[in-house]
Amino acid sequence: MLRRLHSTQPEEFAFSPENAAWARDVIATFPPGRQASAIIPLLWRAQEQEGWLSRPAIEAVAAMLDLPPVRALEVATFYFMFQLKPVGRTAHVQLCTTTSCMICGSDALVELCRKRIAPQPHQLSADGRFSWEEVECLGACANAPMIQIGKDYYEDLDPENLSAILDVLEQGGMPRPGPQNGRFSVEPQTGLTSLTESDVPGEDGPEETVNASVALSLAQVPAAERETRYPDRGTGSPP
Amino acid sequence: MTGLMRLKIDGAEIEVDPAMTLLQACESAGVEIPRFCYHERLSIAGNCRMCLVEVVGGPPKPAASCAMQVRDLRPGRDGSPPEIRTRSAMVRKAREGVMEFLLINHPLDCPICDQGGECDLQDQAMAYGVDFSRFREPKRAVDDLDLGPLVDTAMTRCISCTRCVRFTTEVAGISQMGQTGRGEDIEITSYLNQTLDSELQGNIIDLCPVGALTSKPYAFTARPWELRKTETIDVMDALGANIRVDCRGREVLRILPRNHDGVNEEWISDKTRFVWDGLRTQRLDRPYVRSGGVLRPVGWPEALEAAAAAMKGGKLAALAGDLVPVEAVFALRDLAVSLGGAVECRTDGARLPAGNRSGYVGTARIEDIDSAGSIILVGTNPRRESPVLNARIRKAWLAGATVSVIGEAADLTYGYAHLGTGRATLAGLQSKVPALSGNTGGTLVIVGQGALSGSDGDAVLGHVMRLVEKMQAGFLVLHTAASRVGAMDVGFTTEGGLDAALDGARTVFSLGVDEIDLPESAFVIYQGSHGDRGASRADVVFPAAAYTEESGTFVNTEGRPQRAARAGFPVGEARENWSVLRALSAQVGEPLPYDSLVALRQVLGREHGHLLEIDRVPENEWQPVEAGKLGKGDFASPVEDFFLTNPIARASAVMADLSRRASLRRADQGRAGAWAA
Repeated sequence: MLRRLHSTQPEEFAFSPENAAWARDVIATFPPGRQASAIIPLLWRAQEQEGWLSRPAIEAVAAMLDLPPVRALEVATFYFMFQLKPVGRTAHVQLCTTTSCMICGSDALVELCRKRIAPQPHQLSADGRFSWEEVECLGACANAPMIQIGKDYYEDLDPENLSAILDVLEQGGMPRPGPQNGRFSVEPQTGLTSLTESDVPGEDGPEETVNASVALSLAQVPAAERETRYPDRGTGSPP
Repeated sequence: MTGLMRLKIDGAEIEVDPAMTLLQACESAGVEIPRFCYHERLSIAGNCRMCLVEVVGGPPKPAASCAMQVRDLRPGRDGSPPEIRTRSAMVRKAREGVMEFLLINHPLDCPICDQGGECDLQDQAMAYGVDFSRFREPKRAVDDLDLGPLVDTAMTRCISCTRCVRFTTEVAGISQMGQTGRGEDIEITSYLNQTLDSELQGNIIDLCPVGALTSKPYAFTARPWELRKTETIDVMDALGANIRVDCRGREVLRILPRNHDGVNEEWISDKTRFVWDGLRTQRLDRPYVRSGGVLRPVGWPEALEAAAAAMKGGKLAALAGDLVPVEAVFALRDLAVSLGGAVECRTDGARLPAGNRSGYVGTARIEDIDSAGSIILVGTNPRRESPVLNARIRKAWLAGATVSVIGEAADLTYGYAHLGTGRATLAGLQSKVPALSGNTGGTLVIVGQGALSGSDGDAVLGHVMRLVEKMQAGFLVLHTAASRVGAMDVGFTTEGGLDAALDGARTVFSLGVDEIDLPESAFVIYQGSHGDRGASRADVVFPAAAYTEESGTFVNTEGRPQRAARAGFPVGEARENWSVLRALSAQVGEPLPYDSLVALRQVLGREHGHLLEIDRVPENEWQPVEAGKLGKGDFASPVEDFFLTNPIARASAVMADLSRRASLRRADQGRAGAWAA
C-alpha cells in the first residue's frame, strides 16, 4: 500500500498540555544525543490524540526531537499502525483477517463493515463517524474472529454481535470489550473439561465477572459514567 | 588498536586491519565484490545484498560483506585463520538470486535510459546475473520526483540503494531527501516535493548505480562510448577539483569528477559539473578592434598591430584574471616586464604578501581538514567559495571537530560557534587561544579573501598569522580564483597592489579580467574566452582558449600545482593564451624566448621549480606578516552569487537558472523568517 501524506491537512497541531508533559518525560528517558529514539512513542501519542497523523503532527514531533521532518515522515510511512488519513471520529475498526480469524469467519465481518461503514477500507462512513481496515494478526487467535477499536479488543464476533457493537457506538455508548459470545476469556465454549476446581484453599474468592484485560479497559472509564455508557452491560457474563 | 589479522580469502591468506569490512578485505586481496548500496565515502546501509559472501564456519547463509567486520570472524576449529569464499556455489547462487530480485521491478528500458553503457546494474547483471526471470506478475511503477533543473528522475528504475539519501544527508548536509513507505511501495522522496538546496546535488547522479537519477542538462545527448574523455583540472573555484571532460567532436558534453583524496575526494560542485553549456555561448571566436566606438571584427595581424602600438605608446599595466593558467601569466609577466610595465594579479584587492608563500597559500593542506580537531574560519563562507571544501569541513565536524566562524553567520551545513562578525573579534581573539584549540587533533585556521581585501588586509593577515603562531595551528588561505596562487608564485605583483599598477597606466593588458572596472582613460587590450564585462570595455579583443581547450598549470588554494589538459580545440580563430602572448611579443619587438609550451615550461621551471612538480604540495617556510593596525568593519565573503562568479558561468543558461532559483529560495526563506519574527 502506497503510504503518503493525506491530500487535505489541518493547519496546525499541538500536543495537549498533559501529552506534552508526557512527551517531555519520554524524551528524557533516552540518553543525551539519542532523543531521536523517542520518535515512535511520540508519533503514537500524537495519533492517539488526533486519531491520525497529519503533516503538522509529524513536523511537530520532528521538531521536538530536533530531526528533519523527512526522518519522521520515513518512520510514519513505514509502520502501518500509523494512520496517515483521517479515521472515523467515533471508531476506527481494525478487523483481523489473518488465518485464525479468517477460518472462524472474518470474511462475513468484512462484508458487514463494507455494508455498514464504507465500501472500501480506510474510507470514512457517510457521516464521518466510522472507518475500518483489515489488519494482520493481533494475537487473539483463541477468540477469533476479533476486531480492535482503539486499545480495546472485541472478540468472538459474528455479524450479529459486531452489528450490535456498532449500534452501541452509533448511539454514543461504549460497548463492553472482551468476548462477545458469553465466554469469560479463552476457556472452551462448552465449559471447563479440566482444572474444574481450584486446589488452593481460599482461592475461590468473590467470583470475577470480567477477565483481567476487560477489567483494565473498564477501569479507564469513571464508575459514574459506566452505567450510562454501557447500556449492554450484563451480556457476556460468565456462564 | 590490535595488530593485523590473518584471514583466508578464496584460499589465499592475507593480513588486514581487523576494523576493515569483509568487502574492503576482499578488495585489498584483489577480489572484486559486486555492490550497489555500498560506497566507501558514505555510511553503510547493507540493503542491496549484492555483496554476499560465504563465511566458512559461520551461519549457514551468506553474509553481507559490506556490513561485517573482519574482527567479527571466528577462526577455524583448529585455530586456522577464518576463511571467506567469494566464488563458491553458495555465493554464485546468492548473487543470482539477488540479481533476479533486483530486476523484478526494474524496467527493461536500457535503450532509452541515459545510464546505458555506464550502468552498474547492467554490468553486474551481465557479470553475476542469470538470463531469465521467473517473475510473471505486473511490475511496479513509481512516481517521478522534481529535484530541480539538474537531476532528472526516473524512479521506476530505482533499486532503493539509498546512496542519494545518504549523500545528501551526510555529505551535502541537506535534509530534503528520504525513503518513505515500505516493501514494494518504498520510494525515494523529497520532503513535500522540495527541490534540493545544495551546491553538491549533481554528485547523486554519479552515485546512482542505475538510471534513476540522471543529468537533466545532458539528457539524451550521448552514449558514454561515443565520448572522448580527458582528465583535467577544474577552474570554477580555487580548489582545483580533478575532473574528466567528456567531448564528442569539439563540444564538451559533460564534466565528471575524478578521485583525488587530497583535493576533492570524488565530489565536484554543481558549478563545476554543469558549467559546460557556458563553454558554447558568448564565445570570442575572432579578434576585435574598437573603431568609431564599436568593436569591429578584424584579422589577427590587424589586432596584434593595434595592440602592439598601444603597448609601446605609454605606461603599461598587465593584469591577470581568475581563470588563466600559470604559463600564460608567466608569458605576460615576461612581456610586460620587457616593456617596463607593471603587473598585478590581485584584482580583487586582497592584500596577499608577494613572495611570502606561507602568507598567500598557508602551511596546511586541504587533507589536514580531515584530522583537525578545531577549525577556525576567518572572513570566509566556504559553502559559496568552495562547496567541496565545505563538505570536507562538514566531514571533520561530523567526526567531532569544532568549527568557529569570524565573519557573516551563514548556513554552512554544519554547526559552528559564531565568534563575531569582523575585525574587532579577531583582535580580541588573541587572548582566547586555549579555548579555541581542539581537544584532539590539530587546529586549522582558514582565512578567506573577504578578510584580506580591505585596505587593512595585511594587518588582518598579520593578526591571523599571529593567532596561528600562538595556537601552533595549520594555516590555509582559501582563494576564490583558480589562477591566483599560480600568478602569485610567478611574482605577478606590483608593490602597492592594483591601484599602484593602474596608477598612470595608459594601456591596460587584461588577461581575462572581468570582475573589476578599469580606468576610463586607459586603452584596454582584453584577452579571454568569453564576451563578458572585460571584452565589452576593451579596445582590442584577443580571442583565447577556455580552460578545457589548452594545456595549462593551475596551482590550487593549498599550493598544489596541477596540470590541466586540452579536451578540445578553441573555437574559431581563438588561440591558446600563451601563444597569443608569444605572437604579440614578436609584434612589439621583444620576442619571448620560447616558441612552444614545452620550451615555456622549461624556462618557467628554471625560475619556479615547484611549478613543474605536478601534484606535490611544497612545504612553505613560515614568514609572519606584521600585525599592523586593524581597521573597522565586518568581513563579507567576496562571492555574492555562487553560480555566477566568472564569465563562463555567466554565459551558462543552467547557471543563470540556478542563480535565479537560489535567489527566489533566499527570498522565500527571508519571508518565512519575517513571519517567524
